[in-house]
Amino acid sequence: MNPRPNINFLKKEAISIRRDILIMLEQAGSGHPGGSLSCVELLIGLYYYKLRHNPKNPYLATRDRFILSKGHGCPCLYAVLARQGYFPKDEILTLRKVGSRLQGHPDKAFLPILETTSGSLGQGLSISNGIALAAKLDRLDIRVYCLLGDGELDEGQIWEAAMTSSHYKLDNVCAIVDYNKFQIDGSVKEVKNLEPLVKKWKAFNWHAIEIDGHNFKEIMDAYDELDRIEGKPTIIIAHTIKGKGVSFMENNLDWHGVAPKREHLDKALKELETEEKALKSEYDRI
Amino acid sequence: MTESKPTRDGFGEALVELGRKNPDVVVLSADLTSSTRANYFMEVFPERFFKMGVAEQDMIGTAAGFALMGKVPFACTFGIFATGKTWEQLRVSVCSMKLNVKLAGSHGGITVGADGATHQALEEITLMRALSNMTILIPCDYIEAKKATLAAYSFAGPVYLRLGKETVPIVTREDDPFEIGKANILREGSDLTIIACGIMVAEALRAADELEKKGIGIKVINLHTIKPIDNKTIIDAAKHTGAILTAEEHTVMGGLGGAVAEVVVRNYPVPMDIVGVNDTFGQSGKPHELVKLYNLTYENLIERVKLLIRRKQGFRSKY
Repeated sequence: MNPRPNINFLKKEAISIRRDILIMLEQAGSGHPGGSLSCVELLIGLYYYKLRHNPKNPYLATRDRFILSKGHGCPCLYAVLARQGYFPKDEILTLRKVGSRLQGHPDKAFLPILETTSGSLGQGLSISNGIALAAKLDRLDIRVYCLLGDGELDEGQIWEAAMTSSHYKLDNVCAIVDYNKFQIDGSVKEVKNLEPLVKKWKAFNWHAIEIDGHNFKEIMDAYDELDRIEGKPTIIIAHTIKGKGVSFMENNLDWHGVAPKREHLDKALKELETEEKALKSEYDRI
Repeated sequence: MTESKPTRDGFGEALVELGRKNPDVVVLSADLTSSTRANYFMEVFPERFFKMGVAEQDMIGTAAGFALMGKVPFACTFGIFATGKTWEQLRVSVCSMKLNVKLAGSHGGITVGADGATHQALEEITLMRALSNMTILIPCDYIEAKKATLAAYSFAGPVYLRLGKETVPIVTREDDPFEIGKANILREGSDLTIIACGIMVAEALRAADELEKKGIGIKVINLHTIKPIDNKTIIDAAKHTGAILTAEEHTVMGGLGGAVAEVVVRNYPVPMDIVGVNDTFGQSGKPHELVKLYNLTYENLIERVKLLIRRKQGFRSKY
């Protein structure tokens, strides 16, 4: 097992990634802040800790796979990949621009190091199952992580795939729900209630773990719990806050698919700076 | 009497042959395993066969995952479900990444018969043509179905294979060439060209035989690959025969006829007509009754040839 990174370091990285997300969205002039900010810790937990990957050798057959099924969260993935050294950090400023490798929704034809193209919701879990079945066939010890949006769970294909994962006992599949409680038309509860969500997945024969999706200890504990589960796929229901980290974006539906303008960006960056300072003084005390 | 066999049988047998030679072949089936003849593979290679249940969209995504891992998945179901229920999955999860997924849609066309309109796929060519990176193969008989299946495996990228339920006369030979994107000229003639695919190839040949007796020379082209289309063979036919009739067991909206018309109008406009199902749904009945009812017979081709040759003569005198 990998040694766990220092949680304060991860928190610092989370602030930097949030900053990158906001800067790239402001530059792009469009995109999805809410659902990018809500999955920051979940992706950091993978790329900085659990996922077996190597930015210097991105096509290694034995790598774990990360499938971003909720493609609109790609600013977060791009920021994480850039900080991990998959491409130059400045490239994030090209998001959504003509000729950029960083398409508005992840496109493998433009950025081949991505595992898949996504953006049309509902398709990532089936792809994850295919990868996992092929790995079992080849006796390849890899794991497939698939990040799903909560609104995305309205898609019927997700539940077709959920049946496939458990039917084929795909214990090398881990799906994570970024349960930030909002979708475009309103709160998830009001648009199409998902509850009882944990019970649903359990009824589909999944091992289910419920966590606070912004708490690094809970995230790493959940990822480690996967190592002990056999014969079943695992779902991590991560309770998150849409727009997490920027006070005026948190739980505010207006920020689902609207990019911050300069003045919003300045305000948001100031908040992140304050948070970073608080974190530093806390760190200094220890 | 020529021998008759369904194209799905050729597909099923070729799958087994592929499985023997290539460990990377896997087969997925959406609960229509015997109907698509995927059961031939299942019986020999159960460990590489995956039942997906009645879940076509999930089957396509799973196939995409297999392809991402270097496997060559063949996903099998009825044509209408293979292309209709899954169109957007094919677009994003397969074609946009140019993944090596092979889609086999059996029960193409009106000859599905008694099951009726819901099961008679009349729109697959139109739907699949609209997808960038998709290749469309429509074998005309059992022998060509085997070749098309083997060729689909060797070809890098998404392929749609349209197969039929009913027996069709075998009109090609084992040693005829089959190359994706290269149409086969089955007979020469100088008065008009019939470009056909699937079951209409045999009808076209029969129409040409009958017309020859009346002194009308028909060139017959088997356009087994609708996409990428063989521009050169079509343009040559337009130049040399001056009129083109297309024939397909499919809607006339955007199918084989549409594909050929696009080539003709852009390169060498000549009078054309399109035989197919005229923008309507099918119905239950025996295949031989339905092909008559929907004018998919050599008799109808003969009538349309005569009308088209008259138009060609008018066209020639005008220009």
